[in-house]
Amino acid sequence: MKALEVDDLTLRFRGLVAVNALSFDVAEGEIFAIIGPNGAGKTSVFNVITRIFPPSAGRIRAFGADITAISRHHVVRHGIARTFQNIELFEGASVLDNLLLGRHRFNHGGVLAQIAGLPRVGRAEDSSRAAVEDIIDRLDLSPFRNAPVAGLPYGVRKVVELGRALATQPRLLLLDEPASGLNPEETRDLAFWISDIRAELGITVVMVEHDMSLVSAVADRVLCLSMGQRLAIGTASEVQGDAAVIAAYLGT
Amino acid sequence: MALSAALLQLIINGVAVGTVYALVAVGLVMTYRATEVLNFAYGDVLMFSAFVGWGVTAWLGMPFWVAMLVAVVVAAALSYAVDAGLMRRIVGQPHFAAVMLTIAISFMLRGLVSMGFGPTSRGLDTPFSGHTSRFGGVVVADINLAIIGAAILVTSVLFAFLRGTRLGVSIQAASQNQLAAYLCGIRVKRLNSMVWAMSGAIAAVSGLLLAPLALVDVGLWFVVLKAFAALVLGGFGSMPGAIAGGLVIGLIEQFAGVYLPDGFKDVSAQLVLIGVLAVFPRGLLGEAHGRRV
Amino acid sequence: MRFAYDTSYAAARRRLRYPAGRIAYAVLLAALLAGPYVLPKFFVGEAAALFIGCIMSLGLMVLTGFTGQVSLGHAAFAAIGAYAHVNLLGLGIPLPISLAASGAIAGAIGLLIGLPAIRVSGLYLAMVTLAFSLIVEQVAGRWKDITGGYGGIAVPDPELFGLTLGGLVPFYYLCLAILLGLLLALDNLLRGHIGRAFVGIRDSEAASHALGIWVAGYKVLAFVISAFVTGIGGGLLAHQVQYVTPEGFSLNLSMELTLMVVIGGLGSLRGAILGAILISLLPTAISRVKLILPASLAAQFGLETFVFGLVLALFVLFEPAGLNGRWVKLRTLLQTFPLYRRATFVRGKTYAKSERYR
Repeated sequence: MKALEVDDLTLRFRGLVAVNALSFDVAEGEIFAIIGPNGAGKTSVFNVITRIFPPSAGRIRAFGADITAISRHHVVRHGIARTFQNIELFEGASVLDNLLLGRHRFNHGGVLAQIAGLPRVGRAEDSSRAAVEDIIDRLDLSPFRNAPVAGLPYGVRKVVELGRALATQPRLLLLDEPASGLNPEETRDLAFWISDIRAELGITVVMVEHDMSLVSAVADRVLCLSMGQRLAIGTASEVQGDAAVIAAYLGT
Repeated sequence: MALSAALLQLIINGVAVGTVYALVAVGLVMTYRATEVLNFAYGDVLMFSAFVGWGVTAWLGMPFWVAMLVAVVVAAALSYAVDAGLMRRIVGQPHFAAVMLTIAISFMLRGLVSMGFGPTSRGLDTPFSGHTSRFGGVVVADINLAIIGAAILVTSVLFAFLRGTRLGVSIQAASQNQLAAYLCGIRVKRLNSMVWAMSGAIAAVSGLLLAPLALVDVGLWFVVLKAFAALVLGGFGSMPGAIAGGLVIGLIEQFAGVYLPDGFKDVSAQLVLIGVLAVFPRGLLGEAHGRRV
Repeated sequence: MRFAYDTSYAAARRRLRYPAGRIAYAVLLAALLAGPYVLPKFFVGEAAALFIGCIMSLGLMVLTGFTGQVSLGHAAFAAIGAYAHVNLLGLGIPLPISLAASGAIAGAIGLLIGLPAIRVSGLYLAMVTLAFSLIVEQVAGRWKDITGGYGGIAVPDPELFGLTLGGLVPFYYLCLAILLGLLLALDNLLRGHIGRAFVGIRDSEAASHALGIWVAGYKVLAFVISAFVTGIGGGLLAHQVQYVTPEGFSLNLSMELTLMVVIGGLGSLRGAILGAILISLLPTAISRVKLILPASLAAQFGLETFVFGLVLALFVLFEPAGLNGRWVKLRTLLQTFPLYRRATFVRGKTYAKSERYR
């Protein structure tokens, strides 16, 4: 089964075509990178998959299920989690609460059970906390556990966002420019974590990324977009050698 | 078919009140466009300047026009000070902080006016009070004509200023992209304070035009709530829209007073506001897109 | 210095983790219970009014402080609760049921208002709630059968199981009990995943969607809970004032409630309580100060309004985190003494995410 199948996807804003009849698929367990010049429509693809924008045409399937027309907050139920290009953390909350919010989709009891503080609500909280602690260990976040997110350095915030996406226990992880703004050391950590996430947790990873060193290091396949259209797809070296790709980056 | 005299009378009253709402809404739009602050203290600036005008006529025995001039200068200076001294400090904080700060300013102004002038209402004498003109079968109070005339004058001067002068064009530029304007050498902070000052001047004009229709009273600030409805109706942030919205609200109010049961007149502006937003959550002509991620 | 030695996740979740905190709250509770026997009569009445203020402030805090939805017209829900309560009592319904039902009616109206209100955001919502409260005030003045019009309507004495609670002392305990009950319930709710979802919606709607939070649903839920709690506060307020008129629920009350949550500190129940205490005590304090002011100033009318505005302005400018922020800083200072660093609470410069894109 494919983790993600995108068929003939088109996204238009009034006259502007952001994504144009794009098709690709991602196998389960694959690390798949999307590259392309600025404004190529990379983030728009993510935004359509997570239903922030409704597609103008085309179909998207995740693990065999059609997710083209589901509600935004149901996307995560299909095992899809994402991060954002410009970090969308909950600024007023601690790192721990941000990660616990990733566990939102798991049952913590209804309104009345919560108000009454029933024992099962406590047990659900404890199991969520345990799951979150695993992620804190994995991503070396323990020094920041109770720190408010607002004051953290940029690199740590990126990791917290990755951790929050992992807390939803996804099968497919969409990372929007995970390495942007990171220093080389942080980027190396990230490369390690991404391979680790695939190897140990069996999560399929799709990432939009500009840093070709990271892409070459971890991605199995690379899709290059330009003007919302597919230019090339293949291994990193194949795509980097493709004449159309070189033309798109350097201009013709 | 000729309009009946009563209907025409109603329309003229509505337009007169509506022009005041329109002026107030224009003043709100100016500061909103320049600094993204919806000025909840605007009604109180208006009320304050009406009291200043009353003070000049009653205590100093000056004519109405002098009072108008003094009120405009005082309100402009006050608004300049409010922006330069207070609003500028919280630039970059969430909109809610700015809303709360303007509410705080409105409380302080209201408190000061109550302390200075006491709770009694005063009447303001104008050169037009008590006079009427006849046009065919219709009797029009001169004050209504004066309001409409003054409003047309103020808005034409404002538009000419924004279109035709260097300063006006700078204001427009800064309201579209502050950073770019700043990089072009426009002193954005000072410009914003000047926009506030102009908006204060408009508040003073509206206050002195409204005072003869109502009374000079602490409750005069309430007009800002009607202007909000005009603002929403005209699509937040558009000046022609605000003017049209103000006129429509003024007319609706007059007609509601005659054709609808008691009580509707007072809340018709509020009902319109809720009705419009229930159908168009981003306002008529509203900004099209949400936040980008 | 004090460190947390949690041996289980359950221990880390506990409401009061340190013995000192438990002792402090036990002493506070004992003082509140002993209050009516120690305080002069006047202050017992004031305290009951204060508890009611706290309840209404808690209601608004859920909405504005946690989900970030600004309401500038929350007195409308208090009014609905008050009028519903008076009418239900008039039908012979016992107090506890009537009070709960009034809260539920306010909550239902909250649902009605919340459904369209979630579609608008920011300044639009502030204006919608403001307009709604003006309409409710107008309706209260006109719908004579239910509200007695502008003349007002008398409130029967509270009765519980045949005992009258009309006296100052029983009413004090009634308000205290309801306040504590609601406080515990809201604390349970807001420390759990629903509270986290509220905060999530406040801080980033885009991320909330992506995590599976049904944003619209939770916004409406916050509206309903908020209206319910404020409605119950309104029901109690009816007993407190004994004669309900529309003016009692004017824009002034709405603004006082907004002041309470902002000055108390958005996003914290403790802030709602602290803010309610400050705002409720301010008029009394001002009237005391007036005694020592020169007569010309003391006789003036708007001093109270002016001071309210001044206090609000000072908080917005110098302590945006409100009284609760002050409290947290003080607590950290004491706990980490002598290692306190001012920089702990200095946040980096933040930039508002502009709502306009051109």
